[in-house]
Parts: sequence; C-alpha cells; structure tokens
Amino acid sequence: MLCATFMTEDNRTAPLGSMARPIRKALSTPNPHRLASTVAREDEHLLVAAAKGGDLSAFNELVSRYERKIFRLTMNITRNHEDAEDAMQDAFLKSYSHLKDFEGTSRFYTWLVRIAANEALMRLRKRRPNQFSLDEPITTEDEELMPREIEDWGPSPEQRYAQSEMQEILSGVIDGLDPLFRTVFVLRDVENLSTEETAKILNISVPAVKSRLLRARMKLREKLHPYFRKEGLH
Amino acid sequence: MNCEGVTRELSNYIDGEVDAALRQELEQHLGGCSHCTVVLNQVKMTVELFCDAEPVDLPTDVRNRLYAALQSKLGL
Ligand SMILES: [Zn+2]
Repeated sequence: MLCATFMTEDNRTAPLGSMARPIRKALSTPNPHRLASTVAREDEHLLVAAAKGGDLSAFNELVSRYERKIFRLTMNITRNHEDAEDAMQDAFLKSYSHLKDFEGTSRFYTWLVRIAANEALMRLRKRRPNQFSLDEPITTEDEELMPREIEDWGPSPEQRYAQSEMQEILSGVIDGLDPLFRTVFVLRDVENLSTEETAKILNISVPAVKSRLLRARMKLREKLHPYFRKEGLH
Repeated sequence: MNCEGVTRELSNYIDGEVDAALRQELEQHLGGCSHCTVVLNQVKMTVELFCDAEPVDLPTDVRNRLYAALQSKLGL
C-alpha cells in the first residue's frame, strides 16, 4: 500500500522525552505513578488503560504524543487558526471525558482522529453555512479531471526543498483546495484512514469518498507542478 | 482503455482497489503510454509527500493554552 510508510510515522517522530517535557512543566503533576516517558509506541494500549483507570499523567502522555498531529488535522480541515485551536482543545477534552466509551477495537489514535475531525468539521460547516455542504453530491465533469500540464518533474522534490520550505508548499497547496476535496484527502491520505472510516466521518457514501479523493489528488498534483517541474518555479 | 479511462481509475489503482482484470487493462495501457505513466508517478509522489510530512511543533502560545484548558477543565 502506498501509504504504508505512514503507518510507522509514530515511530519516527521525535523522542518522547523531548515532547513530554513541556507538559510536565505546565502541569507538574505530582502523580508518583507516572509512566516512563520512554514507553514504547506499541504500548499505547497501556497508556490508554492507565488513563481510563484515572492516571492523569498517562493521559498527559497521550496528549503530548498526538498534539502536533491533531493540531495539523484540525488546521487542515478548518484552515482557520482559531477554529483549529478550539477544535483541538475540545477534542482532547472530549476524548478524556469519553475515554470510558473507548472499547479498544480500533487504535486510540484513530478514535481520537474521529473526535477531532468531527470537532473541526462542525466549525468548518458553521463558518460557511451557505457556501457549501459537505454532503452535497458533486457533479464534476470528467474533462476537468484530465491533467493539463504533463511534464517530468525534476529530481526528488524532497531533496530540492528544505523541510520547512516543503511544509510551506504543502500547506499552501492544500489551503487552496475546495473543502469538499480537502476533507477527504486529509482523512484518507494524511491521516491514513480507510475509505469506509472516511465515509462514516464525513457522512457521505464510499463512492463519493473515492471520487473526491481522485479529484483531490489530481488537483494537488497540478498545484504542486510549478514547484517540482524541472525548470522550477517561474 | 484510453487515457481518460486510466485517469478515472488512477486513484483506485494506486490504492490497490482494482480487480485483476482491470489491473491488467490499466497496466497494459500504462506500459505503452508515457503520458499516463508520468501522471501516475506524480500523483503517487504527491500522496507520498503528504504521507511522509512530519507535523510541525505547536506554536508555544497554542500549546500553553491547550494545557491550561486541560488543567482547568479536567483538573489535570
Ligand atoms: Zn494514457
């Protein structure tokens, strides 16, 4: 699967210790049973079980582990800083108060993404009540699908731009994508949720997810083209 | 199958969601069409770039407000 590498992203993020530190400082919880910050990613279920049992430092650890990804998600959906921040805060607060309902049939992170995506979508819909409905059927002509600019890209884009430049480029192109396509793309290709999961969260059909995903990918390819074409940006 | 047909199935092909017969048809076309092959590779790369991107750190003020909210509302 294309996004297989993404599945291991959790293991490739910064060492836990460095991420956990600010929380300790902010909360300085006196809990003597605090779990070691070096706990393996695979031990997520232990953290969840501990948090369910009332271990607040375990919940802290989960927040610190996912704060960056959840903020990216709410930002990617809302494209509004204030809404993204509110959605993230509410997602973590709700995840804590509903932790008892988490049955462990999916990964905790997937469950958290569902909550955060719903919080973000709610704000997106509120901001643009008349502009669009996320549930409306799309009637896009197929001609629009056909790529207009076809030309080899230069050497590996990742080598061509510094990481921070690349982040700006990606953020810029996703910003310009219609929310109908953006929401599907973010859940499927950035968060790596399944087609069915994405359909459920967005309350649209599986074929609609597939159709929007194709269009999102094609549009993003086109938007990235000026940056990656051999001659570079002009 | 023509280029438009391939384009319509590009996403499903990338995700491995096409049956054997369709896959063979697509690959037959791709084998002889550099146009579609370039597009396929660029779409794949587009998805990979987003898949691989590391999330950036939270801005300090955003992080501080998050933990302040957790502290006041959950009593953490
Ligand atoms: Zn072709």
